[in-house]
Amino acid sequence: MKISDLLPLLPILLISGVVVLNLLIIAFYRNHLLTAALTGAGLIGACVSTVAVYSFAPRQVTHLIIIDGYSIFYMALVFAAGFVVTLLSYRYLELLEDDQEEYYVLLLLGTLGSSVIVASSHFASFFLGLEILSVSLYALIAYNRNDPLGIEAGVKYLVLAATSDAFLLFGIALIYADTGFLDFTQIAKSAGSGHVGLIIPGTGLLIVGLGFKLSLVPFHMWTPDVYEGAPTPITGFLASVSKGAVFALMLRYFTKVDIHTNNSLVLVFTVIAVASMFGGNLLALLQNHVKRVLAYSSIAHFGYLLTAFLASGSLAVTATSYYLVAYFVTILGAFGVIAALSGCRGEPDLLSSYRGLFWTRPMLGGVLAAMLLSLAGIPLTAGFVGKFYVMAAGIGSHLWFLVACITMSSVIGLFYYLRIISVMFSKIPEDFEETGLPDVSGIAAAGLALTVLTLFLVWLGIYPSSLIEVIHKMMSSCA
Amino acid sequence: MTLVYLIIIPLIAGIVSWVSARKNPVWPRWIALSALFAQMLIIISLWIGHSIELNSAHNGVWIASVDLTWIPQLGIGFRLAMDGLSLLMVALTSILGMAAVICSWTEIKDGVGFFHFNLMACLSGIVGVFLAMDLILFYFFWEVMLVPMYFLIGIWGHENRIYASIKFFIFTQAGGLLMLMAILGLYFIHGSITGAYTFNYFELLETPLSAWSSMLLMLGFFAAFAVKIPVVPFHTWLPDAHTEAPTAGSVILAGLLLKTGAYGLIRFILPLFPSAAHTVAPVAMMLGVIGIIYGALLAFAQTDLKRLVAYSSVSHLGFVLLGVFAFNELALQGAVMQMICHGISTGALFIIVGALQERIGSRDLNRMGGLWASIPRISAVGLVFALASLGLPGLGNFVGEFLVLLGVYSVSPWMTVPAAMGLVLAVIYSLRIVGKAFYGCSDDRSRIQDLWPREALLMAGMILAILWLGLFPQAVLNTVEPALKAIQEKAGSMSYKSGQAAVYTDILSYFQTSQVVTETQRNGQNR
Repeated sequence: MKISDLLPLLPILLISGVVVLNLLIIAFYRNHLLTAALTGAGLIGACVSTVAVYSFAPRQVTHLIIIDGYSIFYMALVFAAGFVVTLLSYRYLELLEDDQEEYYVLLLLGTLGSSVIVASSHFASFFLGLEILSVSLYALIAYNRNDPLGIEAGVKYLVLAATSDAFLLFGIALIYADTGFLDFTQIAKSAGSGHVGLIIPGTGLLIVGLGFKLSLVPFHMWTPDVYEGAPTPITGFLASVSKGAVFALMLRYFTKVDIHTNNSLVLVFTVIAVASMFGGNLLALLQNHVKRVLAYSSIAHFGYLLTAFLASGSLAVTATSYYLVAYFVTILGAFGVIAALSGCRGEPDLLSSYRGLFWTRPMLGGVLAAMLLSLAGIPLTAGFVGKFYVMAAGIGSHLWFLVACITMSSVIGLFYYLRIISVMFSKIPEDFEETGLPDVSGIAAAGLALTVLTLFLVWLGIYPSSLIEVIHKMMSSCA
Repeated sequence: MTLVYLIIIPLIAGIVSWVSARKNPVWPRWIALSALFAQMLIIISLWIGHSIELNSAHNGVWIASVDLTWIPQLGIGFRLAMDGLSLLMVALTSILGMAAVICSWTEIKDGVGFFHFNLMACLSGIVGVFLAMDLILFYFFWEVMLVPMYFLIGIWGHENRIYASIKFFIFTQAGGLLMLMAILGLYFIHGSITGAYTFNYFELLETPLSAWSSMLLMLGFFAAFAVKIPVVPFHTWLPDAHTEAPTAGSVILAGLLLKTGAYGLIRFILPLFPSAAHTVAPVAMMLGVIGIIYGALLAFAQTDLKRLVAYSSVSHLGFVLLGVFAFNELALQGAVMQMICHGISTGALFIIVGALQERIGSRDLNRMGGLWASIPRISAVGLVFALASLGLPGLGNFVGEFLVLLGVYSVSPWMTVPAAMGLVLAVIYSLRIVGKAFYGCSDDRSRIQDLWPREALLMAGMILAILWLGLFPQAVLNTVEPALKAIQEKAGSMSYKSGQAAVYTDILSYFQTSQVVTETQRNGQNR
């Protein structure tokens, strides 16, 4: 490793620096606003620095990390999402009685882990990144120590993530035993030589491990419980950053290894995709708990995304990237509204607490409705263009069956999105007492985040070509 | 750019009226009304300005067009174009939009601003559907009009509104997604053959398709349009949505949303997939006939007046389906005529039902009766439109239905017979409205308010329109003729089976004389 290799790593180093700085500051002087501001500034700085790093791309930094257009794009996305989560968290944390500052350290660590994952070209760096992410999430999910649900969710996530890591490690070990490499490119070379051995069971175990992280059916059981118990901004983080980073890595690895030549792998992913679409959407139908509905919805969305994953060609990579951006904006916005609505007595979890939201809080109600319509894939929102792209990629690769499944399952999904929207605009109940939101600072930060997300949602929905342009440019260097 | 204005004006007016409602709840109504009036003026000026071109088919059918880049990476453009068919449909949108604003003047009291925003957004989506010449843009507008309509039904509807609005949304969305799949399929087939990946309607028209893929893609489009029209097995959302919607919503639904489905058949299915359309024509015509009879029978069985009118729509739209798949010019012209007249007559009937509900608090036919004595003006207007609905000569619907039957008779007399029976059934259910609601013995209802002057003016306008369409249909038929000719050329005509040729000679001679009649009519008018 040379000194000049450090410069392309600037975003990752920057985040690590802010983590250390935050730890030092907390040790001497506790101040919520200061820590939050520093975290936000660090994430923005890292996001901006990705632009500077772009001039180095593509650059292999040691065997572990690759800085190319693909990783820079996803890093920027991860940092931006981390920034939004920071904005949404501030007010939410003000409601807690505990110390707030460590939360930001953990959040930064989670973002750091995710950015390492998207930039890794080697199983060692992937696993390290994944562990940084997971360990910070264990603590974040159970951050509210007074909430038994949160503790339960944290423990559940701990046990299941550890199990899935075991699968993952075993899979990696088998692949290593067969090929003698941990480096993606080398593995792809020896896998392409036509020899069949331990790499097949190894890949199978790898898929199990990744499936847990992406909460694909049948590895999804933990999702609703953890999403329900975690602090809402962290739920947003779980649904967006942690899943998106793992998906980006999966796409990179399996594009290198070229799954399209392996019919049994394609079959496995097809089955998982269909099961996730239908499983997610059907299970969400009769849920009365909004966070659980969104959890199931995110399961279904990764089923859709797998269709683009299975499609081949440049259209597939563009479709995946566009879809992930749209999905990030939407799911963060949806959880953001829930976070903004939570008061001292907890979060508005049941569907009935959203009754008449349109009339009592038109702005928040409107934003949530827009986000739900985007999840449902209705035009004028980013979700529509994303879904359109995924369907186009699927049909372009003749995956008619999967696209038909998307069509059918999203019609099913429409029902529960509309159910929430219908509740929001129904009449205000007679015994409704205007409680008002607790008076804590930080509502402006959440408001800013939600405004920006909504503007993005509409902009990406009406005029997607600018983002497509960016994606084309970034992805041209790889894939 | 004129076409862009036609779409943008309602949208901007919608936003402005939403904002203005905070100041004064009457402003949104006036803003919406004046915007629609401005839109109407633009349409009229287009119509007059291009009347000569429209009357001579050789100068090209397109009277205005716009082509802007939108998502060039995928070959999606903001392409709009207008021919006679689009022009008439947009004009209908404008008229019924005004009717919707006026009829909700006293009915809607809560959330006036948001109501008008949704109404206008829906209208601009509908105008977009009628003008879009890029398949993705078309799909975009197709979905855009859904969401505001969902809000209109779900927020301002009657008792069972949530159920109805979700059902409406899910049905149309399911059809729409199938269409999206078909659009994408067409895009990739066209791209792989010609190398040009585009959603441009005019380029896709030239796609060479195998019979099998043509059939599958056609069915995808047909799914979306069949739900909207609605064709009988897919109609179950309609009675619920129409019944539960507020009056303005019912007017827009019946008058315009159903027409977008019929318009889609004419604009997309016939020219894009002519051979597949010919293959399914017998089935489609059969479905049309079933719709005519089934809708009429169910309409007769209803006691809820709104539901009755809703089922009568199913029956009337059956004629449109029948006419479109007859593949001849007479039937196509009849279908378009029927679309316009049904829009006006059913829209008016819904307004009357809405007015009655506002006044006597019920839509139940059994609780009405003898209304003529207390509200003569509403009753008289109701009579006129009930007569229009049953196809009385002299009123517009007669022209449409007659032309459809005439056109269909030349290709398939056996379809014509049951379809004509539908006219008889229409008489039964239409007169039942009049008999049960307006005639009969009167309870003491002397204090019911008759039509307000505003409503009376609206109704007078609609009666004039339906009379004009019935007495001088040639203006409409001439406008739409070049567009239909062009579509007809792409789609071809129905071929006759040789064994049946003898049967058709008689019919053909009759058909020719009737053509002479229309020709002489036209000459007479031109003089």
